[in-house]
Amino acid sequence: MTTYNDFVIRFANVNGSGSASANGMFAKALFRMGIPVATRNIFPSNIEGLPTWFEVRVSERGYLGRREGIDIMVAMNAETFEEDIASIVPGGYLVYDNSKELRPNFRRDDINLVGIPISQLVLPEFPNPKHRALFKNIVYLGALSALLHIDFEIIKGMVSAQFKGKDELIAPNIHAMELGRSYAREYLECPLPIQVRHSDAVGDRIMIDGNAAAAIGAIYGGATVCAWYPITPSTSLAEAFEQHCARLRVDPETGERRYAIIQAEDELAAMGIVIGAGWNGARSFTATSGPGVSLMTEFLGLAYFAEIPAVLWDIQRAGPSTGMPTRTQQGDLVSSAYASHGDTRHPLMFPSTPRECFEFGADALDLADRLQTPIIVMSDLELGMNDNLSEPFTWDDSRRYDRGKVLTEEDLDDVERFSRYLDVDGDGVGYRTLPGTHAEKGAFFTRGTSRDEHATYTEQPEHYIKNMDRLLLKWETARQLVPKAEIEAHGRRAGILYYGTTAAPMQEALDRLAEDGVQLDTMRIRGFPFGNEVREFIDSHEILFLAEQNRDAQMKSLLVNDLELDPASIIPVLYYGGFSISADTIHQQVLDYYVGNNLPRLDEVQEVSS
Amino acid sequence: MTFVAKPRTHHPLLQVNDLGLTRRDYEGSVSTLCAGCGHDSVSAAVVQACAELALPPHKFAKVSGIGCSSKTPSYFLGNSHGFNSVHGRMPSVATGANLANRELYCIGVSGDGDSASIGIGQFAHIVRRRINMLYLVDNNGTYGLTKGQFSATNDRGSTSKKGVPNLYEPIDMISMALQIGASFVARSFSGDKRQLVPLIKAGLLHEGFAFIDVISPCVAFNNHNGSTKSYDYIRAHSGSVVDADLIAPHDEITVDYDPGASEDVDMPDGSTLRLRKLAHDYNPHDRVQALHYVQRAQEEGEFVTGLLYVDPTASDCHEILGTTQTPLNALGEDELCPGNAALEGVNASFR
Repeated sequence: MTTYNDFVIRFANVNGSGSASANGMFAKALFRMGIPVATRNIFPSNIEGLPTWFEVRVSERGYLGRREGIDIMVAMNAETFEEDIASIVPGGYLVYDNSKELRPNFRRDDINLVGIPISQLVLPEFPNPKHRALFKNIVYLGALSALLHIDFEIIKGMVSAQFKGKDELIAPNIHAMELGRSYAREYLECPLPIQVRHSDAVGDRIMIDGNAAAAIGAIYGGATVCAWYPITPSTSLAEAFEQHCARLRVDPETGERRYAIIQAEDELAAMGIVIGAGWNGARSFTATSGPGVSLMTEFLGLAYFAEIPAVLWDIQRAGPSTGMPTRTQQGDLVSSAYASHGDTRHPLMFPSTPRECFEFGADALDLADRLQTPIIVMSDLELGMNDNLSEPFTWDDSRRYDRGKVLTEEDLDDVERFSRYLDVDGDGVGYRTLPGTHAEKGAFFTRGTSRDEHATYTEQPEHYIKNMDRLLLKWETARQLVPKAEIEAHGRRAGILYYGTTAAPMQEALDRLAEDGVQLDTMRIRGFPFGNEVREFIDSHEILFLAEQNRDAQMKSLLVNDLELDPASIIPVLYYGGFSISADTIHQQVLDYYVGNNLPRLDEVQEVSS
Repeated sequence: MTFVAKPRTHHPLLQVNDLGLTRRDYEGSVSTLCAGCGHDSVSAAVVQACAELALPPHKFAKVSGIGCSSKTPSYFLGNSHGFNSVHGRMPSVATGANLANRELYCIGVSGDGDSASIGIGQFAHIVRRRINMLYLVDNNGTYGLTKGQFSATNDRGSTSKKGVPNLYEPIDMISMALQIGASFVARSFSGDKRQLVPLIKAGLLHEGFAFIDVISPCVAFNNHNGSTKSYDYIRAHSGSVVDADLIAPHDEITVDYDPGASEDVDMPDGSTLRLRKLAHDYNPHDRVQALHYVQRAQEEGEFVTGLLYVDPTASDCHEILGTTQTPLNALGEDELCPGNAALEGVNASFR
């Protein structure tokens, strides 16, 4: 039986062997055929030599989260050959270089072998050994085009686009691709029973990584200062900001730049620059990962207490310490939410898709200005560094930036006495002034030490307490302003909570659970502190699961703490092995809970059939 | 008692500058530092320099870290915003502030603990980036607020108040600044207002990173016999190589010096910086020679003071980055947001 547009293919390569561009072209070709794809680059902390994998989930139904089991393995790395073969599902395919015979101990009777003499094919064609290594990747790409029935014109067009400007590389690349393609057509069963065909399931969606989306959002949101320090997996966010600013933010007449980017000496300085710029009225942000958040915590406390807008993108990776620096995790929730000494808390935003990264890229800047406090956007490696399908970006041209409560010179003329930390409006947010605004009024001294409403230094307990309590009131304002949770509620007894990239496999997991008679309402949390809708959802469900990607159920801690819940009321569904959580994990853990606790499923099954 | 506002009345004969302001208009709140603290003299010199230059007293961004020195931005330019940030991190805050609004005068005040120990990394990197600012270090060789520990600029063999000698080599911030790209490097002494005030004026007008290491004795913990940063020791062991006078555009230059011993440098606002070379073989435009001279003197236990190095042509960070002349914080949606039409192109590039 032939199946179309529904498989997981994994490429096993050696880091630095040039496989990334070939694998990227593979995914892009399918995307351009209108087939939904999700890519996952599983890479080591290394420049050259260690194993690396590239996985593409192909799904006409739009299931783009991770699924266990590999249908097609393109095994190009001798070092990992054994484990790569072991990961293929029964009935799956091993595509390999059979220039040398496969060792008998690698053989599996329950999979199909697709041998291509890649080394032998390139040897007479490409005299330069370095080119030979690179073109091996292109040869298997050509062979796959025949095996999987990929539109060859599309893939050829991509080669031409990829090497635009280096035109001398186009012909040899196409030649290498045709080598693989011709071999497959001549000697192998083509196409395989697993194959692709043109579809319209992609629609007008784009394929982009979350970091680039966030950077473009920051440009649209008016960020002018970006300070950062290189750290995987956040580096590409700052680099994308630079790249897109060079196109979108240069004065066409003078060539002057309407942005400033500083690669700082460390994350402390990056955050310091962001806070200095925010204090002086420029929209500014930084991007980092867990270790960087640790270094920024003193400054985050200062910005919380001195009430300075700042935006921090945390592209989370597996910790603690250096942890697994090139693997994904949702492990920084607690350390970010309460970063710094003393009583501190910071609003968080949880994007799930590139589109949401784009939106939060701008929205976080508005929120930081409105609340005069650091806003931390909790992305992760899975979302930040992998190409994901996304709704196209749109911008409402009538939108004005919300600069929050900033007094102009004219405003100050009408003010009897300026009091920086006075809660005039009852929302816990005072009015601020920018340096140099007015000759006589509005100047004040910003500090991390306690002060009264007029920004005058004081250690009087009543002033300190009043100020700290006002910050709590501001927290309640934040509760109204952070993104609302996305809820699918049908009055079911049980519900599942999730956030960020756990959204990707969720629909697939829910569909599989429904087949097993478990139907769940869902709530995707998008902001912290939690809005009333979060409490209502929790209060209205008897059984609550919370799926997340860390060991300690950190979102559960935030919920229990912020909403004063009974910890036993939430059942954690956890994965923290470094890959993104799979539909299989969610399905299995929820089902295990139902089975283990003898919870009824049947009547819900009847509901489905009726 | 933690804060005292100064009474605003002043003597009727107090000099009035071009803006119609007296030096009282450039003051801040009353200092809470110890009586006789060198840092108060530095603050007074800043007040005098700004008043004499007739700069608008609200057009400054004052930034500092933590420590006695970092409190001082409260004590001058009360009509300007100040930011007392975290320990050792003033340079990054100053960098952000300067990036956001290039039109403000930026004054950073730090100390030897703040800049030579916890903040030495940030100090080094702000010098490299040539942020357009005046960076003052009130250098007293000791941690005053925590009661007299040695700082990293304290000389080896110099003793604590209890007579215990410092065992470690000092960090010389002048040499660091010279080595990694400061375009204006000076050292002075808080007790020498005649030298310090013109240096501050020149540093404020210099377009680029201006660094002044001000030896500023701590009367509470480092002003005893045995200290190499006491008033007496500095007076006995310092000598200026190049004094600087700032001559306003409209002031007639009346005093002539021996041409070999003086040099005029044009400043961005049209004024003239006159350098008077007191050591006739010293060239204030030669970075390598300056380094050598400073370090040789240090070996001999002497403090070289004055304007040690100046490069009026060096570019500042905004020039390096090519940022727009309009302050970044003054740009609005029209200049910053590419709009929905441009987004079509962005979307297309990801298909």
